[in-house]
Amino acid sequence: MGSLEQKQESRSTEYSNKLFVPSASSRPGDKPSFEAHGISRAGELDRPDLSVEASATFDLAHGLVRVLDDEGRAVGPWAPSLTSQQLRVGLRHMLHVRAYDDRMFRMQRQGKLSFYMKCTGEESVAVAQAMALEGGDMLFPTYRQQGLLFVRGRPVVDMMCHCISNAGDNLKGRQMPVFYSWKEGNFFSISGNLATQYSQAVGWAMASAYKGEDHIASAWVGDGSTAEADVHNAMLFAATYKAPVLLNVVNNQWAISTPQSFASTGTTFAARGLGFNIPSVRVDGNDFLAVYAVTEWAAARAREGHGPTFVELFTHRVEGHSTSDNPEGYRAKDEAEAWPLGDPVERLKQHLIQLGEWSEEQHVELEAELKASVTEDWKAAIALGTLEEGPHWPVASMFEDVCKEMPEHLVRQQAKMGGAA
Amino acid sequence: MTAMSMVQAINSALDCTMERDPSVLVMGEDVGYFGGVFRCTEGLYDKYGAHRALDTPIAEGGIVAAAIGMGVNGLRPVVEMQFADYIYPAIDQIISELARLRHRSGGEFWAPVVVRAPSGGGIRGGQTHSQSPEGIFTHVCGLKTVMPSNPYDAKGLLISAIEDDDPVMFFEPKRIYNGPFYGHKNGYDGPSTWAAHDAGEVPEGHYTVPLGKANVLREGKEVTVLAYGTMVHVAEAAIAHSGVDAELIDLRTLLPLDMETVAASVQKTGRCVVIHEATRTSGYGAELVAEVQEQCFWHLRAPVERVTGWDCPYPHAFEWEYFPSRERISEALKRAAACD
Repeated sequence: MGSLEQKQESRSTEYSNKLFVPSASSRPGDKPSFEAHGISRAGELDRPDLSVEASATFDLAHGLVRVLDDEGRAVGPWAPSLTSQQLRVGLRHMLHVRAYDDRMFRMQRQGKLSFYMKCTGEESVAVAQAMALEGGDMLFPTYRQQGLLFVRGRPVVDMMCHCISNAGDNLKGRQMPVFYSWKEGNFFSISGNLATQYSQAVGWAMASAYKGEDHIASAWVGDGSTAEADVHNAMLFAATYKAPVLLNVVNNQWAISTPQSFASTGTTFAARGLGFNIPSVRVDGNDFLAVYAVTEWAAARAREGHGPTFVELFTHRVEGHSTSDNPEGYRAKDEAEAWPLGDPVERLKQHLIQLGEWSEEQHVELEAELKASVTEDWKAAIALGTLEEGPHWPVASMFEDVCKEMPEHLVRQQAKMGGAA
Repeated sequence: MTAMSMVQAINSALDCTMERDPSVLVMGEDVGYFGGVFRCTEGLYDKYGAHRALDTPIAEGGIVAAAIGMGVNGLRPVVEMQFADYIYPAIDQIISELARLRHRSGGEFWAPVVVRAPSGGGIRGGQTHSQSPEGIFTHVCGLKTVMPSNPYDAKGLLISAIEDDDPVMFFEPKRIYNGPFYGHKNGYDGPSTWAAHDAGEVPEGHYTVPLGKANVLREGKEVTVLAYGTMVHVAEAAIAHSGVDAELIDLRTLLPLDMETVAASVQKTGRCVVIHEATRTSGYGAELVAEVQEQCFWHLRAPVERVTGWDCPYPHAFEWEYFPSRERISEALKRAAACD
């Protein structure tokens, strides 16, 4: 059979390469340039009936739903009816997330946490979406939707305790920081295996319909992880069974060092929903009002039996992927400044000021208040134990919850570990 | 009691649990309207409706993921993988998600999902319809792994698996779905149909066979034989052929393993032969051998031997040379018995 042997010989001349490889919005030293497919004007796009067919959402999937105009006014058919009090609550949550992120990032740099992930510049995604959903709706987030927890009222001390794996950690020291789980708040356990929750959320929603209930599910995935098969599975199952679920893609332009162009295939992410016959909308993720409006609309669709909606939230990851990442190694230092859609906090602030419902002074005061409260929370958290010094959960607890009841071989291993417990 | 094949017994287990509990549903490729390619879900669609005998797209990862979400939301999904060989696209959802959800969420979330999968060779299925991947799953903490060898156990174990609050991998040796199999053309005259076999007598109603309990099928003094699935029957034929007075243990549940029964037997016989169809290296048999030597070392009078599939992909043309045969097992029994 020797004649069939395949030989790989090295070449001495260059190939004449024809393979296309996508480029990034910027690399170090470049002038940033975002592939801004159809950045629509505020108020430009129609708000269709809840029963809209996927084919009628072509413009929504290729354009960008925006409500706040450059002067901070809410314009067009998507402008939600939110009271100024609700808007202030939204602003407060976003600032709270920002204060929390800032504190936790600094604590990681001081060695108090092993790891942390901020959501700077995309706070409006989780905050506005959580405010538009109902408490009984099940959330299947990624690690960058901590805003959901703030809206649902999770005590900040509990979040911190999880991040430092102390005795107060509801996850008993088993998960890395930010991989929260909070059953009481219908917030699903976050996985480090990207996108697995996306198709699980569809199953959760299918069960809700199976039981004749009105609760819906909402799932998030990043631009990069839309490449996972789980996302295809989720969209196919959601469309097949008309599952009451919101499938959100947070397109923050970057998957660690890999730009969104390695998953977007040269069009919008929202456009992908159309091939699955799912009504799809692309929304300005930094526009609190637009995010709220689109989520409210999609949730109403799901609740009224019209099935899934695919939502791309167009935003920008202002900071690194995590504390283990330095984006200066792969993108221009000033990329955030070139981002065309601004900062979600500043834009909502401007809107409230324009309405006469907020002021710079109040804003500064609120920032100071939240910074102080997060500092107090941190003190309360470390009083329950630190990562390095403890107290932690008892070591023997690592054998618990592997199964509902501990099987014999784990009882033996736990006993063998013995004194350490 | 009614005479049932393994397929009928599995169908009956599904029927019994679906009748008692509206949260139980079956889902998978061709399981609904058509009743499954091996007919295990026949009739459930007509009796319980399309939503409880749920046909799915051909996406094993999506099927298991959806089942996890359903389980978290209060249902008890019984997933059918059409062949165990098709399970690999679902591996991430099974290993990283299903198995570890309870632990990683500190006990907050869990999904009582059963994954049924016809496994093993002997049906001329070639390398993509003959595999025995159970050892991949016994290596994963958080999963229970079961493989019955007869209709009575299949029904009782499946009901236990469905009612269990932990995820269970339930491998069904498809070579013996419709009758016992003692090896290829070996002349053993055991019962040739389940109707003629004692274990083919199955109660029509609800009963359970507990997970984690092995079954001593034949008592003997010279060698302990550890087997599961189809190999239980081939081992029975090999014991008869070899003339060795062997004790045959059907493990039934691989994890958690009933080491108490295994150790008691090996400590009595002083010899042990482990049999499985799956490939040898890092297979489940290695775990059995390790546990046996750890717990029975001072009782052993012979090396603990494995008779397994070879470490090559399951061949279509050479099925009976690959499949652990009566002769290979019989030789191993004689080698062990000769040691003192």
